[in-house]
Amino acid sequence: MDYNFHWRPVFKSLPDLLESALLTLEVAILSMILGILFGLALSLIRIKMTGPLKWFAVSWIELARNTPALLQLFFFGFGLGAFGIHFSPFLIVLLGLTFNNSGYLAENFRGGFNSIPDTQIRASLSLGMNNFQTYTRIIIPQVLRVVYHPMTNQMVWAVLMSSLGMLVGFRELSGETQFFASKTYRIFEYFAATAIIYYVIVKIILGLSRLMASRLFKY
Amino acid sequence: MIKITNLHKQYGELEVLKGIDLDVPKGEVLSVIGSSGSGKSTLLYCINGLEPIQKGQIIVDDIDVHASDTNLNSVRQNMGMVFQQWNSFPHLTVLENVALAPKIVSKLSKKEALEVAEKQLLHVGLGDKLTQYPSALSGGQQQRLAIARALAMEPKCMLFDEATSALDPELVGEVLDTIRLLADEGMTMICVTHEMGFAREVSDRVAFFHEGKIEEINQPEELFGSAKSKYLQKFLSKVKT
Repeated sequence: MDYNFHWRPVFKSLPDLLESALLTLEVAILSMILGILFGLALSLIRIKMTGPLKWFAVSWIELARNTPALLQLFFFGFGLGAFGIHFSPFLIVLLGLTFNNSGYLAENFRGGFNSIPDTQIRASLSLGMNNFQTYTRIIIPQVLRVVYHPMTNQMVWAVLMSSLGMLVGFRELSGETQFFASKTYRIFEYFAATAIIYYVIVKIILGLSRLMASRLFKY
Repeated sequence: MIKITNLHKQYGELEVLKGIDLDVPKGEVLSVIGSSGSGKSTLLYCINGLEPIQKGQIIVDDIDVHASDTNLNSVRQNMGMVFQQWNSFPHLTVLENVALAPKIVSKLSKKEALEVAEKQLLHVGLGDKLTQYPSALSGGQQQRLAIARALAMEPKCMLFDEATSALDPELVGEVLDTIRLLADEGMTMICVTHEMGFAREVSDRVAFFHEGKIEEINQPEELFGSAKSKYLQKFLSKVKT
């Protein structure tokens, strides 16, 4: 074997790598929060409405789930660029991930809504609660439990997907790694270290999710 | 209290209620019996405004339930409803199940709502279950929880939709006892039921539904003792009374 491992450069740029990992987390968390809101809206539109709005929601969901995430990012990066709309790399990734998350979460939510019996709605209405109260107090809290683990999955997926950001010039964890790797030619070392950072991030997310679940769902 | 005139209800082509006239005065306990599909439960859903109607009128406490300018939510506050599937809210404790509507619908303070809830839970004999989740309760207890939840809104009348049909036989008694308690307290009630013994004992009047119409309505001893309609005679011969 004629390759000598050199880990020192990696250790030296570890603070930079960790800083970019925070950027990764930031964009993943933001895209999840937006994804949950849009996903909830899309699923309710798909369940409750007819006409153009419904078709808008269905198209969004279909495109998000059935095309590569990379192409979705490219759309917000280069696709819109063709029409003179330019976003910063951060925004391209945020929009791309939000688009993708929303589509997947919408289908999770739809399954969640379908799993709550209609009789819960009737019982709630019969107590004098209006539709809004029925959904916010009775239905959505139960749906959130059903979709909690799929949601955790999506969060993990968002962190990993954000690595596509390096292809649109976003210096998140992978972009930063790529930058150092090509500067130092220590490609294996850098990407090995980054893989470990991703792994630890995901494990922390899963641990937090489990902790939160035990606090949230006592029933 | 509840006045129904010429009520017609259709699901698509299927006519479920074919002209119901019914007057339930304050304090009366009316039981509704009849075979499945005769429109008994639909009647309750129409009274509560959970189902639209095609023709006729339902007046509850001087309010036309199906008039376009009626606020259904406020009508429903005056009407408690208990379902066959007890429908406790699984994500809330027993106490929260009952306190929720008083808090967000009647706008009581949190403290007042909890007091009302606790009072009603004691009333139905669930005082020792306040902090439990419904999944820890038996079917009978969950049904009593549903009754307490409806009572906490201080309704002027109660509608029971086969409140005991989904229960194990040994749990039916405790729920019927609770309903009996309400009857003794003078609550106006319409009970759709398959419990003939209960209907006979508790009701002021019993209505027999047949194919979307009230075939016969009378005081229980008359209705069970000397049924005039041949459909009712046939029905009674099939169920144990």
